[in-house]
Amino acid sequence: MMTNHGSRITQGTFSFLPDLSDEQITKQIQYCLKNGWALNVEFTDDPHPRNTYWEMWGIPMFDIKDAAAILYETNQCRKAYPSHYIRLTAFDSTRGTESVKLSFIVNRPKNEPGFRLVRQEVEGRHVRYTLQSYAADQPEGERYR
Amino acid sequence: MTEASENNIGIPARDAVAKPAPDDTPVDLEAAFRDSQVQEVLDKLDRELVGLKPVKTRIREIAALLLVDRLRRQLGLTTDTPTLHMSFTGNPGTGKTTVALRMAEILHRLGYVRQGHLVAVTRDDLVGQYIGHTAPKTKEVLKRAMGGVLFIDEAYYLYRPENERDYGQESIEILLQVMENNRDDLVVILAGYKDKMDRFFLSNPGMRSRIAHHLDFPDYAAEELMGIASLMLEQVQYRFSPQAEAAFQDYIRRRMRMPHFANARSIRNALDRARLRQANRLFARADGHLTKRDLMLLEPDDIVASRVFREGVPDEQRPDSAME
Repeated sequence: MMTNHGSRITQGTFSFLPDLSDEQITKQIQYCLKNGWALNVEFTDDPHPRNTYWEMWGIPMFDIKDAAAILYETNQCRKAYPSHYIRLTAFDSTRGTESVKLSFIVNRPKNEPGFRLVRQEVEGRHVRYTLQSYAADQPEGERYR
Repeated sequence: MTEASENNIGIPARDAVAKPAPDDTPVDLEAAFRDSQVQEVLDKLDRELVGLKPVKTRIREIAALLLVDRLRRQLGLTTDTPTLHMSFTGNPGTGKTTVALRMAEILHRLGYVRQGHLVAVTRDDLVGQYIGHTAPKTKEVLKRAMGGVLFIDEAYYLYRPENERDYGQESIEILLQVMENNRDDLVVILAGYKDKMDRFFLSNPGMRSRIAHHLDFPDYAAEELMGIASLMLEQVQYRFSPQAEAAFQDYIRRRMRMPHFANARSIRNALDRARLRQANRLFARADGHLTKRDLMLLEPDDIVASRVFREGVPDEQRPDSAME
């Protein structure tokens, strides 16, 4: 199961911890910058664990020296999508591709209803299982209020 | 504020809550000053920048204020983050960019900016070409400068009153907003020629009021320019022969009276040309007996050959004025 009790989704680093404060987020960002990683702000309102590609809030931020800039963009994104999932993703380019080094959630909706187990009966009385988010029953943009 | 300096004087980090101390708590300003290593930067400033008295005084004042603020914070007194946005005005070649670079270093040592880098931009880097292009572009630059100093050269070009649909205004508005809201994150330094800057501030009163320090860079006197010349030569390991030095002093006096005089920049150009002539002279000699000394020494011939000596005709009357 991808849900833990309390139905908080647990994707990325730190997701079993209580929400990070801005100060803690700043320190994580500074750590990424120190390693020369580019950070990107991403958001979504589809919490499905296989939803890998979230919407991008602008392009990844290169050439940034200080965490304040990333936090600034994060706050802009929070302002626009206060009850979406927002995560920061750090990319490392040393191997010639921008590979994800660190990804953590910095904003989540107040109420996360969690997932239901969906059973599908197929040939030969086989059962296929899948997960479906309760929130995803609503159309996009209306899932979390 | 670096980790090391905190530990040396055994005081809590910047954001630690200090418990209220009695009014007669001794304060060691000297130690704090030593530990911040600001003196080193100020000395470097004195050593490497000739003249500029008012500018140096103001930098000293700012350093003192930041230091006192830091001590106040340690004793649990309220401190309001001072606004440190600045405007540098002065004629060409008076050292505005050089000082801005130093400023980033000084503010970094004092713990006012976290990273201490300088991002130098002009209108091109801030203003976009079509609708909706400016805001992301300006924000991009602002983000890059966060934690350091943003230096906007010839800032008055941002505002073009003759074209009311110019995107520069949009850039100014974003700039103002960030200068106000993210005061802790970056210091903005605007630079430009005095008269144009004054006009710029006149039409953007919001900008003027958000800038606490207006520094005016004075023109250099002839002796100061000579000092600059020696410093520049020292850096590239050349030197004047005694006669050449006298000739160069004469050159400075003549050059200063001519138009398009750009202070230290003109001096640098003159020295570059002198080196050119020296190289040429060495080739023309062609007796094959050169020493290391010859390669380093600038002779009076290298300087007197300048057209400034030939007639000292004002630039604009000469067809090759662009060459200077």
